[in-house]
Amino acid sequence: MKVFDEAPEDIFRSEESLGVWEHRGKVAAVGIGHAPTMRRWDNDPETCVGAISICALRQAMADAGVDPGQVDGLIIDPVTATGAGWPKDKPIPQDMLARWQATDDPLDGLTKNSIAWLLKNMPELTGIQFAMNASGCMSKALVAAVQAVGDGETHTCLVLKAWHNFEGRYYQGGDNENDSLPGTAALTALTNLWGAPACSATAIQFNEYCHKYGKSHAMMAPFMENSRRNGLLFPEGYWAQHRPEELTVQDYLAARWIAEPANLFDNDLPIMCSGAYLLTTAERAIHLAQTPVYILNHASSRAVPRSIMPTLEEVEVETARTGRKIYEGAGIIVEDLSFENMYDGFSLFHQFHLEGLGFRGVGQGEALDFYQTDISIHGPNPVSPSGGNIGSGRSRFWMHTDSIQQIQKRAGARQITGVPSEIGVSGGPMPMGGNFTVWGVAPD
Amino acid sequence: MPKQGVVPDELTAPFWTAANEQRLVIQHCTNCNRLQHPPAVQCARCAEGKLEWQEMSGLGHIYSYAVVHDGPVRMLKEGQPFNVAIITLDDDPNIQMLSHLPGTPSGEVPVKAAVQVVFEDSANGQKIPEWKVIE
Repeated sequence: MKVFDEAPEDIFRSEESLGVWEHRGKVAAVGIGHAPTMRRWDNDPETCVGAISICALRQAMADAGVDPGQVDGLIIDPVTATGAGWPKDKPIPQDMLARWQATDDPLDGLTKNSIAWLLKNMPELTGIQFAMNASGCMSKALVAAVQAVGDGETHTCLVLKAWHNFEGRYYQGGDNENDSLPGTAALTALTNLWGAPACSATAIQFNEYCHKYGKSHAMMAPFMENSRRNGLLFPEGYWAQHRPEELTVQDYLAARWIAEPANLFDNDLPIMCSGAYLLTTAERAIHLAQTPVYILNHASSRAVPRSIMPTLEEVEVETARTGRKIYEGAGIIVEDLSFENMYDGFSLFHQFHLEGLGFRGVGQGEALDFYQTDISIHGPNPVSPSGGNIGSGRSRFWMHTDSIQQIQKRAGARQITGVPSEIGVSGGPMPMGGNFTVWGVAPD
Repeated sequence: MPKQGVVPDELTAPFWTAANEQRLVIQHCTNCNRLQHPPAVQCARCAEGKLEWQEMSGLGHIYSYAVVHDGPVRMLKEGQPFNVAIITLDDDPNIQMLSHLPGTPSGEVPVKAAVQVVFEDSANGQKIPEWKVIE
């Protein structure tokens, strides 16, 4: 078995002027799998992050109508949280050890995933010949898998991302609880002396955006309302499953600040969740159980900020560059997009992605005005039809699931109706530093 | 609002030593003739060259800011809400530093205003560069 501890950087299309992607239309997504979501882990071994990962993988295979023995590729993001660690002195629960086949790392399946742990606990995956970690988020793992299938490294490939969430609040504890910081950590953006929460960089960029273009935080309200509305139509998502509550403009505007101008709802809700897709070649896909959705391109952003955090200007340059890469490699123009499903976890940067794409002709500084028009799934300009993380909880994959379902015409009540669902784009996470996939109803 | 103390490490010791002497120093790549911050073990552009510490004028401008109402750092919670601003250095506006903007009420930040570095004591006595609006 060929195993990559981490996806090599040269498989990502992060430069401009690479031309049309060499595997355009030759790779397809067919199956989708998700485990039920939870707000936090209930300490049951049957719902640990490893267990829900297995659930999603099995669902993706069943959805595609693929026998597990036919799967020859497994690509995962092994990281399953950004801010919820397992206390160093807390023992691994005995019932976890009894229920699952352990690896050398006792945290596998509990606070992270590993290929070894999954293969030990999924004995039905007898044909894996290619395995790879692609750390960061589903967007990266998905792009790595798409390229691997295109390159012929694997012909039937599962791709996985899962999240755990424990009791307590993100980022409380560790250095943030201490009386002092190491000198280097004291000067970095998130763990720093100035006490800025995770959303602060985006909040600062958004503040500058409002300052530069004469916009306001209140103008985000229609986007937030739309995202929750779409999320409540997403049966796989957290809010639809557990808290079917609309988010009104009044709710949004009255929410408490976290780092003003980012309020509570501008931050996505950490949850337990898992998502898996089954990818295969276009030739094989037409024989499987679901309609193939063809990958027309993938693109990546690898820009890094010049100093502590990206400025608005750096973000705008990079998102425009990402937009150009997306279109060039897919051989499409912006008018070909039926919908956009760019990342939103923080909501206050979705407009950077959207403006970078130039979706529906929206230029820099214009997205918040665009949000005041019909951006619903039934209008001519469907913005984030998945509802994203804001609509369904933190996963960083709802936008991919929705893009596949929209083009397969099985998005249910969330199906866009104002325009034909033919080509879409999804990806993220950050405006500077992300991975993006272009989906099409046809291979050419 | 006392900040957490700082324990200088090998990489950042010159920065913190200078701060205790009320001087602001920033890494400078002699190969690229380029400043960089936060400090790193090598130049982010050329990945080689000699990095030296260069003294700054201590003048800057407020780029933008947020107001922290619910932050993760225990020692700062009592002082919430507080400003967190991005300061750009006049020596090179591409270089940023963070600031609570002491003396500026939270949410009343004069964006683009000129600021000057000051040095504050942290919880363990290590001095930390901060920035005050120039009247």
